[in-house]
Amino acid sequence: MARMVTPQRVAISTAGAWLAGFLIFFPILWMVLASFKTELEAFAVPPSFLFVPWTTENYATVQERSDYFHHALNSIIVAGGSTLIAMLIAIPAAWSMAFSPTKRTKDILLWMLSTKMMPPVGVLVPIYLIYRDFGLLDTRIGLTIILCLGNLPIVVWMLFTYFKEIPRDILEAARMDGATISKELVYVLTPMAVPGLASTLLLNLILAWNEAFWTLNLSTLNAAPLTVFIASYSSPEGLFWAKLSAASTLAIAPILVLGWFSQRQLVRGLTFGAVK
Amino acid sequence: MATRQTQLLARTLLTPATALLFIWMIVPLALTIYFATLHYNLLDPESGQFVGFENFRYFLTDPAFIASLENTLVLVGSVLVLTIVIGIPLAVLLDQPVIGRSVVRLMVIAPFFVMPTVSALVWKNLLMHPVSGLFAWIATLFGLAPIDWFNDAPMFAIILIVSWQWLPFATLILLTALQSLDEEQKEAAEMDGASALSSFIYITLPHLARPITVVILIETIFLLTVFAEIFVTTGGGPGLQTTNIAFLIYAQALIQYDVGSASAGGLVAVVIANIVAIFLVRIVGRNLEA
Repeated sequence: MARMVTPQRVAISTAGAWLAGFLIFFPILWMVLASFKTELEAFAVPPSFLFVPWTTENYATVQERSDYFHHALNSIIVAGGSTLIAMLIAIPAAWSMAFSPTKRTKDILLWMLSTKMMPPVGVLVPIYLIYRDFGLLDTRIGLTIILCLGNLPIVVWMLFTYFKEIPRDILEAARMDGATISKELVYVLTPMAVPGLASTLLLNLILAWNEAFWTLNLSTLNAAPLTVFIASYSSPEGLFWAKLSAASTLAIAPILVLGWFSQRQLVRGLTFGAVK
Repeated sequence: MATRQTQLLARTLLTPATALLFIWMIVPLALTIYFATLHYNLLDPESGQFVGFENFRYFLTDPAFIASLENTLVLVGSVLVLTIVIGIPLAVLLDQPVIGRSVVRLMVIAPFFVMPTVSALVWKNLLMHPVSGLFAWIATLFGLAPIDWFNDAPMFAIILIVSWQWLPFATLILLTALQSLDEEQKEAAEMDGASALSSFIYITLPHLARPITVVILIETIFLLTVFAEIFVTTGGGPGLQTTNIAFLIYAQALIQYDVGSASAGGLVAVVIANIVAIFLVRIVGRNLEA
């Protein structure tokens, strides 16, 4: 704090940081703007900036023509379901490794991490054939299973690093005071674990929502989440930019908000605790 | 004995996760290895006979493999260089006293949360379209001819899109690392008359060495299998110009239905990813002991 912070320095770094931030954020801003233009305006040369007749009709059209809510519901079910199931499987595992570690705990953790390193394309063929034979192609349950398994290592890891930070002394103190195991769990451990659980849930929801390898390869229409729905705009069908922008804005808005809340946990979750 | 009970409980709690991950890893991988030794095409009812290493020979000597390996390396390498070379100064900038830093942080991190299909299509259409894209308009403002990105420089276009998606990740990790840097050390250096540049080179950069390594390894793992961005913009073309290994395997499996050779390709991808993974696991493992 003792460092000299001159007003000039603050002014320069503020200007620089805002400029950089604006440039990086600009494609998203431009997309949101385009979603409120007419197709003609969105395609116009030179581009129209803020002074356009604003319209919200793209949002209505997107829903009417392509059943946006069907795909949004798929995204919610698949991303939410896979995250919840992964949490249910991972909480006991992470709990056990954090509170009664054995000699092999470290090896198990690293082995779990290594399953995440396997490129999905390496197992695309067998998964596709298994799914075809079991009738899981283009089903919500199929996508939920694959995204759950894909994110499980990250969930276990994140929970493990959070649980590990719960101080043991508190447990011992509670036991000395005569708390039973169930009381210990409800009154002591759960409140301390909630922040870690919440951020793990959030980050994995985001990862599952945006997953675009398995969803593109294993679903086409019925179970297609928003990633696949947006991809259907890649085939040129004349003037469609404003609608593409409207659909995209709707698809990323909820997750952007969640993402902004979870940005601090992002570093920890995605580096497996290597950078905190 | 309470301890034995606890141990038993611990093991029981751990079993579902390990069992599932074990199956998830072993079954598809075993099948991939098995398919890789077969002549197996979904369009050919006669297929299914054992051919040994024929698929590997076919896949590895296919000119498309060499091209896609090159493309993969160019894509991974360029995105790594771009995200780190821009990410370091950006992180240093965000570490300065900035008014409204939390808002700037939000703007910088935003691209990471945009689903790959959205970012690819928004860049392809709204920004990079040769006639109506914003970049074309900016080029004409300066009296330049607009670039037809996806015809003249398709790989570069993909590199730009993917870099935009991963720049926030690199910046955020480097920023987190910078914020844990000891202020006193920098102060002492400044008092001793070190210039801003030399304190950056001798104090900041060495401190960033580990986070940079982590960024490189994690990004590499994800970048080796970039798929959606190529799928919705170029479809691997023109020709093979933007086909990376992931896309090549996808095309062989689900467009040409050649299961055998796609499986062989899948194993090649696993081997490449594992070489990177070994280093990452080592770094993370060292951290576990601390």
